Amino acid sequence: MKHKWFSKAWLYLFPALLILGVFQIYPIVQSFLMGFYTNFDYLEDIVYEWGTDNFVKLFHDADFRLAIKNTCVLTFLAAPLSILASLLFAVLLNSDIRFRKVFQSIYFLPFVTSMVAVSIVWAWMLNKDYGLVNSILKIFGISKVAWLTNPKMTIPILVVLSVWKGLGYRVIIFLAGLQGIDKQYYQAARLDGARPVRRFFHITVPLLRPTIFFLSITTIIDIFKTFDEVYVMYSNQPGPLNSGLTIVYYIFNKFYRHWEFASAAAASFVLFLMILAVTLFQFGVVRVKRWMDERREHL
Amino acid sequence: MKQRMGSGFVKFVTYLILVLGAAFILLPFVWMILTSVKPSKEVLMMPPKWIPSRIQWENYREAFHAVPFFRYFSNSVIVTVCITASELVTTILASFAFARLEFKGKNVLFLLLVATMMVPGEILVIPNFVTLARLGWINTYKALVAPWGASVFSIFLLRQQFASIPESYYKAARMDGCGDFRYLFTVMVPMSRPTIVSIALLKIINSWNSYLWPLIATNSREMRTLPVGLAYFSTEAGVSYNTLMAFSLMIILPTLIVYLFTQKYIIRGVSRTGLKG
Repeated sequence: MKHKWFSKAWLYLFPALLILGVFQIYPIVQSFLMGFYTNFDYLEDIVYEWGTDNFVKLFHDADFRLAIKNTCVLTFLAAPLSILASLLFAVLLNSDIRFRKVFQSIYFLPFVTSMVAVSIVWAWMLNKDYGLVNSILKIFGISKVAWLTNPKMTIPILVVLSVWKGLGYRVIIFLAGLQGIDKQYYQAARLDGARPVRRFFHITVPLLRPTIFFLSITTIIDIFKTFDEVYVMYSNQPGPLNSGLTIVYYIFNKFYRHWEFASAAAASFVLFLMILAVTLFQFGVVRVKRWMDERREHL
Repeated sequence: MKQRMGSGFVKFVTYLILVLGAAFILLPFVWMILTSVKPSKEVLMMPPKWIPSRIQWENYREAFHAVPFFRYFSNSVIVTVCITASELVTTILASFAFARLEFKGKNVLFLLLVATMMVPGEILVIPNFVTLARLGWINTYKALVAPWGASVFSIFLLRQQFASIPESYYKAARMDGCGDFRYLFTVMVPMSRPTIVSIALLKIINSWNSYLWPLIATNSREMRTLPVGLAYFSTEAGVSYNTLMAFSLMIILPTLIVYLFTQKYIIRGVSRTGLKG
């Protein structure tokens, strides 16, 4: 076949590439560059000065350090909890039970629901004086908790909310993984007299490793990007005493409230690097693990 | 005998955990529905009155009139429909090119696109705002739609599906003189309907619920979508909870209805996403 200088494939690709080029690929480059703008006119697209001042300022900004700390603490607590909870529910659903479809449908509901609406209901339920949560606690003799005004409560609330929000999605991904495991492994293990707990740790967990890895990456990245629920639940504030100030909140605040485009771009570039680090770290772990397994086989 | 009792207990605990989980997930929804029809003086009762003494539908009318609800609703519909339609067109065309056509740099381009999937959308917000401001598109439908009119993730998903259709069909069709374009829309698209429906549904739900971008890209009341309108409404002074819950419910109802009727496709689409890892 003759090699044409112009393939008509480009006609098929053109609409997608136009949009992706302008609104996804160019902005990646641009947000990296903007972080280094120190003096510029964004409407005229003239940059007078370049430098690393934005990044220097960023790391001297106590708010930014707090945003990183809050985001990391939130992720550190919420990600493992989310994954363990959804693994538990997926394993239970994967056993021989009735109404599996019904349970699955219920767990998935938050995924299709507007986070704004959800945050408003949660804020209402957590209301100190008239909220449902405090009234339920009262039955158990626990006195009123100021959920939304006590800074110590912010991170726990965001943890619960992120477990609540993502449970159904993760259960479905885990179920897909569980259904891919050959039943023969379990039958063989049962014949060998392995108890359910042993079967879980020696068959389910190792064979589910790719799914666990995939979900760890997506869950961590998802929680890194927490914004909607904080902004709405705390009435456009980053929680009491900035206790809910996340990185995306910080970026939004710099950009939308203070019109500081360059510092916001620098902050979003830091977020990108954090996400990149998580992804590369996980891929690294997978590769090292594979390498070790191969070596073990050779020995 | 002992064995049986043991397994009965396991069954009981299994169901107990599943039911508690379901209650945890459903509680906010139930509370939203109950509050939304409560008479005003029963909203702030302690201990709370679960079942309202009478159903006060006026809360819905109040929510409807307190904001330009119809305007917000139309904005959400217009934006969601345009984004979904645009995404389907760009995705179908591009996936065909990647699955069936030959061109220079195909693999490099595909890898480049897949690599961008890792970049969080939040990073794109600032440069996109600048681009759209320069085009003079801020606070228009174009600004709400254009950035989301194509998605690498959907191209990735549909390309897999297209590639699974035997190439011999394509060759046979070409022998019969069927052009690429016709082949794509009369053979490949109909054969891939479930995947395309999943992609469309996930997009509809995402666009309907999206908040950060419409918040930033609009600056007048007339251009707000439902989530943006609701968030503003919730911070207004003197808003009562029953009205607020009625408003919230009206936002989530359309996606809930879509979900209930198309669950199979949505769940299929989502469980596919996990397979890419």
